[in-house]
Amino acid sequence: MITHISQNTLTHKLIFFATLIAIWQIAASSGLWAEYIFPSPLSVAQTLARGFQNGTFVVGIATSLRRLLIGFGISVVIGIVSGLALGRVKLLDETFGALVLGLQTLPSICWLPLALLWFGLGEMAILFVVVMGALLAITTATEAGVKNTPPLYLRAARNLGARGWKLYALVIFPAALPEIITGMKLGWSFAWRSLMAAELLYVSLGLGHLLMMGRELNDMSQVVAVMLVIIAIGLLVDRLIFAPIETRVRARWGLTG
Amino acid sequence: MKLEIRDVSKIFRSKTGTLTALDSINLDVREGEFVCLLGPSGCGKSTLLNIIAGLDKPTRGEVRVDGKIVTRTGPDRVMIFQSAALFPWLNVFDNVKFGLNMIGVPKPERQIIARKYLRMVHLAEFEQASVHELSGGMQQRVALARALATDPAVLLMDEPFGALDAQTRDLLHDELQTIWSATRKTILFVTHNVREAVVLGDRVVVFSARPGRIKQIFTIDLPRPRQIESYAVVDCAREIMAVLKDDVLASARDADARLLQTLEAQMVGDDVL
Repeated sequence: MITHISQNTLTHKLIFFATLIAIWQIAASSGLWAEYIFPSPLSVAQTLARGFQNGTFVVGIATSLRRLLIGFGISVVIGIVSGLALGRVKLLDETFGALVLGLQTLPSICWLPLALLWFGLGEMAILFVVVMGALLAITTATEAGVKNTPPLYLRAARNLGARGWKLYALVIFPAALPEIITGMKLGWSFAWRSLMAAELLYVSLGLGHLLMMGRELNDMSQVVAVMLVIIAIGLLVDRLIFAPIETRVRARWGLTG
Repeated sequence: MKLEIRDVSKIFRSKTGTLTALDSINLDVREGEFVCLLGPSGCGKSTLLNIIAGLDKPTRGEVRVDGKIVTRTGPDRVMIFQSAALFPWLNVFDNVKFGLNMIGVPKPERQIIARKYLRMVHLAEFEQASVHELSGGMQQRVALARALATDPAVLLMDEPFGALDAQTRDLLHDELQTIWSATRKTILFVTHNVREAVVLGDRVVVFSARPGRIKQIFTIDLPRPRQIESYAVVDCAREIMAVLKDDVLASARDADARLLQTLEAQMVGDDVL
């Protein structure tokens, strides 16, 4: 990443965050607020260290990520297949497409009560919420990608004899890939949000649970520490996984400058 | 007779009325002939190419290739467009092999054939390159290799050099003439550039606009290879331009011509998936 950020920018960022933490420490030490309302950076750091050492944070991260990966994986498969179907079959688009459009406006956490009633207080309910979080975004993006297949590619492909499933798999799907990846990026962030909300709302390990526990124990530094972990994971996945893939695909597809 | 166009007409119907793109086109093309279709924008020459390729159906009349009536697209009539239309998710090598993949040529043979044609267009070293790394001229050469790889009966070229700069175009003229002499493919080449038509074609078919009809057919007897700047070519071109002049002026002001161009570009083929 250093190659993309000039030395100047990096320095600016470091100075900024160092100053921020310094101000934070001063404000916390001033005694204006109690420790359980405004924790110091020092105690947050201590909580983080402790949490990783005794394994609670590690378990929390592993649990949350496991749920996310499984749920996201399922929604990618269903989403892409549905998007392909909706993009090419007019009847499906008119019927199911309208359904997808409507359901999309529902914040994915709203699926939790339904999931709890259907699946009970278990992993399935959380998984369902995660899947619903990402599914519609991926479906919509795939459908858009398919519908926006440049006609020139279709002409060239058909001209060379491509038909039926070969046209789908070898031309339409690859042509839609940049939009699908953008949809996956969006779906991931929706799934992440709905996962955290679900874990907050009902006790079951995971990072959201740790966050809630911090509140229940009046341990503010735990709350802040978990928030930092959640932010860190979000940034890591976005910057280290999705962003590079998206950039590379867009460059290769000739979609950038 | 390699290609027979019999009484082909194409009428587009829309909310605003009907547009007669082509009116009773009759043309025979012999095997190995290089025929240029020349006319102002929107005179239907691209529509004719679309019909021969199977991307569109004629309202009347039929097209036969090697005696068989054309009904749908196929690798025996490959088209090269103004934009190379290479698939960006495939590298150069895989692009050239695409048509071979469609007709089911086994893998080892695909590689040999693809390499042969890449060498023919002088791009052998660019096998592993990505499409976005190539210049416009190079992309068109890859498109040419891709088209030739399936050994089509007829090569249809729709203003393939229109988007390139003049120098690249001249280079590609030379290359195309060389490739044509080596492969002796039957080529139908659409252009609005008179000198290009004279440099490349054995015959030049001049179209008139609205409705598209064959106005006159010129036979170019000049020795090959021809240079675009030679006096003979320029003289020939002047003669043809005189025939073309009125139609060019008319079509420049013609909304129908522009509409037709849009329709031609949208033709993706009638095949039902």
